[in-house]
Amino acid sequence: MAAIEMVGKRKNNNLWLGVVGVCVLFILSLPTLIVIPMSFSGASYLEFPPESWSFRWYESYFGSTAWMRATRTSLLVAFLTTIIATPLGSLAAYGLTFTSARVRNASQVLVVLPILVPVILIAIGVFHLYAKLGLNYTITGIVIAHTALAVPFVIITVLAGLKNYDFNQELAARSLGASRPRALLTITLPQVKFSIQTGALLAFMTSLDDVVIAMFVSGGKNATITRRMFNTLRDQVDPTIAAISTCLIFVSISALVTVYIFNRNQKNKDQL
Amino acid sequence: MKIVANTELEGINSKALAKGRRKEGRLFFSLTLPSLITIMIVVFIPVFWLSSLSFFDRVGDLSWANYDRIFQSQLYIKTFIVTLKISFITLFFCILLGYPLCYWLSQLPDRIAGILMVFVLLPFWTSILVRTYAWLVILQRNGIINDTLISIGWIDEPLQLAHNLTGTVIGMVHILLPFFILPLFASMRSIDTNFIRAAISLGSTPRGAFWRIFFIMSLPGFFAGTVLVFVLALGTYVTPVLLGGGKIQMLAQRIDSTIMLYSNWGAASALGVVLLILAFATIWIFNRAFGIDKLFMR
Amino acid sequence: MSKINQNNQKSLPVSIKNLSKSYGDVHALEDVSLDIKAGEFITLLGPSGSGKTTLLMTIAGFVSPDQGSIYFGQQEMTMTPPHMRGLGMVFQNYALFPFMSVAENVGYPLRVRGMSKTDQKKKIDASLEKVQLVGYGERRIHQLSGGQMQRVALARAMVFEPKIILMDEPLSALDKKLREYMQIELKALHQKLEATIVYVTHDQREALTMSDRIAVINNGRLVQVDAPKALYDNPKDLFVADFIGESVLLQLENSTNGLMLRGQPLKMTNPMPNGVDPYCLVIRPELLVMSNSKDDTVNDLSGIVSASVYQGESVLVMVDLGNDTKISVRLPANKSHSSNNIPEVGKPIHLGLHAEDVIIVAGNVQ
Repeated sequence: MAAIEMVGKRKNNNLWLGVVGVCVLFILSLPTLIVIPMSFSGASYLEFPPESWSFRWYESYFGSTAWMRATRTSLLVAFLTTIIATPLGSLAAYGLTFTSARVRNASQVLVVLPILVPVILIAIGVFHLYAKLGLNYTITGIVIAHTALAVPFVIITVLAGLKNYDFNQELAARSLGASRPRALLTITLPQVKFSIQTGALLAFMTSLDDVVIAMFVSGGKNATITRRMFNTLRDQVDPTIAAISTCLIFVSISALVTVYIFNRNQKNKDQL
Repeated sequence: MKIVANTELEGINSKALAKGRRKEGRLFFSLTLPSLITIMIVVFIPVFWLSSLSFFDRVGDLSWANYDRIFQSQLYIKTFIVTLKISFITLFFCILLGYPLCYWLSQLPDRIAGILMVFVLLPFWTSILVRTYAWLVILQRNGIINDTLISIGWIDEPLQLAHNLTGTVIGMVHILLPFFILPLFASMRSIDTNFIRAAISLGSTPRGAFWRIFFIMSLPGFFAGTVLVFVLALGTYVTPVLLGGGKIQMLAQRIDSTIMLYSNWGAASALGVVLLILAFATIWIFNRAFGIDKLFMR
Repeated sequence: MSKINQNNQKSLPVSIKNLSKSYGDVHALEDVSLDIKAGEFITLLGPSGSGKTTLLMTIAGFVSPDQGSIYFGQQEMTMTPPHMRGLGMVFQNYALFPFMSVAENVGYPLRVRGMSKTDQKKKIDASLEKVQLVGYGERRIHQLSGGQMQRVALARAMVFEPKIILMDEPLSALDKKLREYMQIELKALHQKLEATIVYVTHDQREALTMSDRIAVINNGRLVQVDAPKALYDNPKDLFVADFIGESVLLQLENSTNGLMLRGQPLKMTNPMPNGVDPYCLVIRPELLVMSNSKDDTVNDLSGIVSASVYQGESVLVMVDLGNDTKISVRLPANKSHSSNNIPEVGKPIHLGLHAEDVIIVAGNVQ
């Protein structure tokens, strides 16, 4: 086959491939965005496109004590989970890079467990454990459970970041007089900052997004927003959910964008 | 070279040096310990305890009664079948949609691929409830799809797309597709196109080069994605509840209702153990065959 | 070389005793003992995997040996952590801190030692001046060339005036011309600093250029430690003879009359060794002479040219000596051809080696 024919044929294939690719991307990202215009709909049932526009669902959300309390709980738990799981997981990742292969392999199994074990089993088991300890329906209880869920993500992310890090710099710092902790803090940490931030972001989202564990372990005054949403969705189709969903999307995107911009600025500063 | 007569069996300082090395090893492990302990307390111990319940019957004696029960009951067997069926279907569609997308993305220049990956990750960053809710809106009887199709005139009656198997699968594919795409993309990314060129120069057709070289080299990521999707599908709880309309009962739901509605801890626990075994068997099989653990961590 | 007042010393001797380190079955270091004099420039020379870097890392404290001891002067350092050993170190890939400026990099060891900002500035400037990077303080690392990065790494390792400086193949990432220039620069720097420098390289020419002494390491063992000229003229070992300089090794035969070269008795000024051990002749190409005469003091190495490759300042000649013996010799241009003719393939070439230029080592040519 002449070279030109081959190139032409490949271009055609690439076109079809591109079409398929774009379609799949569409399917992946569009549905989520549907809820945004939905939340401004004036009707009290689900309809798209909305016939009338109004803020009533936002008023319903922000005006409801129960929803606001749930929101506060979720944000508080997510925040606490993040500030606990991030250092825990980051240090764990650092430690893992230096342990012997045997210890590391055994630890990795444990680390991956929260992701691979079906959440329902964890939820039921923890619920029962907490019943004995009196931790059900407490912030502490939810935070501990979410931390266990979030830590694997932090570890995986930071480990990946450390893989690309030149540890010779730590050796250099130590040869220049810095103790191990000091070298870690002054030399390594600034350079794996991005991985740690990404890990923190993942921890935050994991906590915010958890449904199943919150179903069992949160409740009463300390119900999370996900628990309320899930119960609401089961029973009726309340468009308030659309408003809440839009707010949640907003929170996630803002968090992402903040981290991205922050890092871009840092990079620019370094390049100056 | 000096020759030193060693009167002692061990060399100079060897004990002290070994002690120092051990101390350092312990220090590093102690950095990892808090995370491991948290996971032990929250995941390992409770699930272990829960699983152990399956081995005791109602009276409290050790027995297989629970396992007999679930493997003989029509209800539970149907649950197993439904769970496996949905998981396989979901996996199928994830591969169908995900592989071409990944291939296309991996062949694009870095910058463009990076930007497009944002669209892949977007669902990742949005709550599962939000996404499931969105599908409810889209798939329901007077939802977007039905309204559009009716107004174009393709159908007369609204299609039943939500509150059934179809809706559940659509929802699950949407949720799990990113889990398939990420490892596969990473794997494809790292394939050097020079391999394909080399194969073609050695006489292979472009299609042959693709299947023989590219596909094979993308297998580690492919299998990592497959395992992840399948295992997560097996244990999924939220999506079938919201999009299944009560007609779909997967294992996770069955476990929940068995405890919450019937307080049958034994049976629920046995179901849980079966679920665990299914999940870990999947991982173990793929790991033995293809060593995917290397993809996740070094 | 050592002064009575310790505090005025600019250098310390390093004493290594019976150092061993194994990684599973691999013996990285086997019973290595070495005394490094204060202020000397000693090179650890050896092929990849010989253990030279392991030895350097052990001196630095990054590798914990299985046994042995290390002394800096009178102080035992074996159990001391790296950051308290007070030595400067330059790494192969420089290991500069990319998010800091040049001045911040160089000042890092001073910051760690709690020096005041004004004192820091003085020392940083002095250090940058020594490596001829005056005014580069505010540059970012990614703006520097390879050679400049290497000099910053050097400045950083010197700024706190360590008495011992370790260098792990610092020039290997540079191109040839720059490398040769830096070798001379480093040597000059050593004169100025007067510190003890332990240098690791696999490049024997580099070692010969820069060192006061060279410690040749192979398979984790110290093979020979000597000044460059002594090492070159009197290799004690087949490995050293082969590794240092570009020489040709010819197997000698034993006979009742002593060592024989191609059936003829070997003519050498040094006393002939006794015994039945196998020996090799070490031919340094620059010592070869073109001689037709059957001189009593010249060993005959004539043969037929089987290949001849022009290489600019030298010619690579393959000479067939007969009896299946072929040697490959690099002859400097003035030696290899009189009247500007490169040795022709198929023609005879008359090479000889003076008796006083004969070097022999025990062993079998591989």
